[in-house]
Amino acid sequence: MRGRLRFGALLAVVCMVSLGAVSAVSGKPTQSSNTFIFAGASDPTYLDPALVSDGESFRITKQIFEGLVELKPGTTTVTPALARSWRVARDGKTWTFRLRTGVKFHDGTPFNARAVCANFGRWFNFTGPFQDASATYYYRQIFGGFKRNESTGLGKPLFRGCSAKGKSVAIVRLTRRSGPFIPSLVLSAFSMQSPTAMAKYGANQGELRGGTFRPTGSYAFSHPTGTGPFKFNEWTVGQRVVLDRNGSYWGAKAKVSRLIVRPISNNTARLQALQTGEVNGYDLVAPQDMPTIRGNNRLQLINRRAFNVAYVTINQSKPPMNRKIVRQAVAHGLDRASVVRSFYAGRAVVAHQFMPPSVPGYNPSVKKYGFDPERSKRLLRQAGLTLPVKIEFYWPTNVSRPYMPSPNLNFAAFKASLERSGFEVTAVSQPWRPDYVKNVNQGTGGHLNMIGWTGDYGDADNFVGTFFQSANPQFGLTRTGEHKAIALLLDKAEAEVNPKKRIALYKRISALIAEFVPAVPYAHTTPAVAVERRVRGYVASPVGSESYRGVSVGGQ
Amino acid sequence: MLRFVVRRLLLLVPILVGLSILVFVWVRALPGSPADSLLGERTTPALVKEYEERFGLDEPVYVQYWKYVQTTAHFDFGVSVASHRPVTTEIKERFPATIELALAAMILAVGLGVPLGFLAAKRHGGIFDHGSLFVSLIGISIPVFFLAILLKYLFAVRLGWLPSVGRIDVTSEVKHPTNLYVLDAILTRDWKTFVDVLKHLILPAVALGSIPLAIVARITRAAVLDVQNEDYVRTARAKGLPPATVDRRHILRNALLPISTIIGLQTGLLLSGAILTETVFAFPGMGQWLREAIFNRDYPVLQGGILFLALVFVLVNLLVDISYAIINPRIRYS
Repeated sequence: MRGRLRFGALLAVVCMVSLGAVSAVSGKPTQSSNTFIFAGASDPTYLDPALVSDGESFRITKQIFEGLVELKPGTTTVTPALARSWRVARDGKTWTFRLRTGVKFHDGTPFNARAVCANFGRWFNFTGPFQDASATYYYRQIFGGFKRNESTGLGKPLFRGCSAKGKSVAIVRLTRRSGPFIPSLVLSAFSMQSPTAMAKYGANQGELRGGTFRPTGSYAFSHPTGTGPFKFNEWTVGQRVVLDRNGSYWGAKAKVSRLIVRPISNNTARLQALQTGEVNGYDLVAPQDMPTIRGNNRLQLINRRAFNVAYVTINQSKPPMNRKIVRQAVAHGLDRASVVRSFYAGRAVVAHQFMPPSVPGYNPSVKKYGFDPERSKRLLRQAGLTLPVKIEFYWPTNVSRPYMPSPNLNFAAFKASLERSGFEVTAVSQPWRPDYVKNVNQGTGGHLNMIGWTGDYGDADNFVGTFFQSANPQFGLTRTGEHKAIALLLDKAEAEVNPKKRIALYKRISALIAEFVPAVPYAHTTPAVAVERRVRGYVASPVGSESYRGVSVGGQ
Repeated sequence: MLRFVVRRLLLLVPILVGLSILVFVWVRALPGSPADSLLGERTTPALVKEYEERFGLDEPVYVQYWKYVQTTAHFDFGVSVASHRPVTTEIKERFPATIELALAAMILAVGLGVPLGFLAAKRHGGIFDHGSLFVSLIGISIPVFFLAILLKYLFAVRLGWLPSVGRIDVTSEVKHPTNLYVLDAILTRDWKTFVDVLKHLILPAVALGSIPLAIVARITRAAVLDVQNEDYVRTARAKGLPPATVDRRHILRNALLPISTIIGLQTGLLLSGAILTETVFAFPGMGQWLREAIFNRDYPVLQGGILFLALVFVLVNLLVDISYAIINPRIRYS
């Protein structure tokens, strides 16, 4: 009997300890309103912006570093940052930047023209493993090549040289005219970093191990040094990155004294951490979670302006899609308005061209193809085809993209509308990874395929240039015939440095593309950030990396 | 005993070779490559080719395997394709979290499972027995991730009693020399952090420990039922020994053998079960890390991480075998 009592007592004690622990404590962290805690989806890769290309790294580097130019908050308009102004010489290749004075890096060293040239020179002179795409993806994309290319895949470098004229004027010389040069400098990859700190902490030490680049110095992990509103404090992998307010910041200082970014990979876990107050905000809100957030009076959604495009590719290498009249029939046969209305929860607009309205060069008056099944059938008959016209339509499974949250629903609606419009659709579904994207991009998918794109920076070249400037198997384009005319115009627009002329060129290009119908754009979506209602001053950037300088966390 | 341990350690060599082949083949049997996963919409045939060359994926499989064995033999598991960090560094940082979680779950499972099973056996056929059977059946039947989601929703989101994510209050400034947070808090006598770390452990440990708890309770019940009808127990009682002494010295001690086996096996399984639990609670251990590696086709992480966990599993079972001899001196290994 005594034994039973002992076990009973033991059991009771264990239960009481558990319950006592549960009831005695609150799950909420002891958070000061001077700290802003934000949840991203993963850790940064590392914190040397020149050597990363992922959004989670840029989320941190955007706070520590600044570029010569930046985007006006919430827009894709390029505004001055560390450069007060800039102008291009008549040759279109020499850019003069007038810099802010009195700016210091976090290590106390001055930001000046020599530091600018040191940064441009660093990128240009990268050798060995630093030339790998896993290290310098964006430099390779924008600047094409290095001083001494070590791979045949690299092209002629855009950068020629940089010289300092006094402390506050930096002159950057390019090898050719480049319209996207200034807009692309808003990328965090082209931020200004302290040459002294980079030398001291081995920023230029790195290796390719097992095919992957990694820095071997400590700079990128524990000494990132910029001019931004926050200074690096600490990074515990898997748990948090801690940044502190830069008290010597040249502009309006950050409103919170501490910023903590924590990685939470699971969508629901991020939402629940916000609901419990363990974070003040999070990014990459899943569409299905938005009603929950809207229904909670402690929380709010902050929209990013649309900066993506969902589209249905038409592969011209697969007859009869090589005929424009058939492609136009496809455009009239896709009920885009219904799809956007039904499956995007009011967070998208119908797309009529391959760039969102926020990008300079957007043309509101391109040819629009409304849903018109009868017209579609008429066009197919005009093409001499017997109805129904048999086509393969590929759609992805196991994926939800910002521009395509429910591919299955989109596809089902498109299939139904095409079948009303004279087509007989054979559905082919494949998992997004690994088969689908590969097949679509290599042109081995169907006649039609659903895919999309999210931009990197606010320039039309990053959208239409990416898709249509070169031969592209995704659309079966070979830079011949009508495509060649568009591609040549894109070459011209890329080389144009006058913003007004560039915008005019891209508007013309968008109109030509709409006539050519290489694909059918159907949605620009508005992603959102979720924050507590007491969070003020959060302005979401269309390109995904915003500064938290103006963010404050109010009282409960 | 020493010979037994040495022999078991030598047996590890063929086991590890077999494991390395299995892991290598399994990872490569996954559809897709790191290039497809990393590049997404930005995939182009040229970039895929460049990536495959860099990762050596264009080489014959046997060459890839040989390179893998050579580096692994030097405890170099390579560099993560996604995070660009050495796999061994990531294991060092993340394994303590998983160990802590698995131990907490096992302490819960044993701490509750053994007394529950014992009481159920002692009250065989009664309400407590049927109740514990019913509860343990539920414990075994509910998937870990489902229970984790339920617990989290109730105790973190609805009631706000416990944190929903992480290992520690994210604003905490405490340093962690061993990366075992509970141990660090005890060593530094930082009781505030100790409580905070326990708060973060409770829900994941309950979710992860539910299945082992049910199994331990049922095995204990069955073992105690077996042992308490043995002649030596009857003899002990007949000698007039106090019931508690009979329970402790004669019943429990003899019932411990199957329980220790199951504890060993379950500890290994907890490490794999942690994948879902860690994901739900954003607990920064190896489980969450491996899950992301599967999605990213991060070959070095998958190969290194799985091989490491398999090694831990084998070592835990070796320890269980050794513990047999300690628990039950009648067992002699030849």
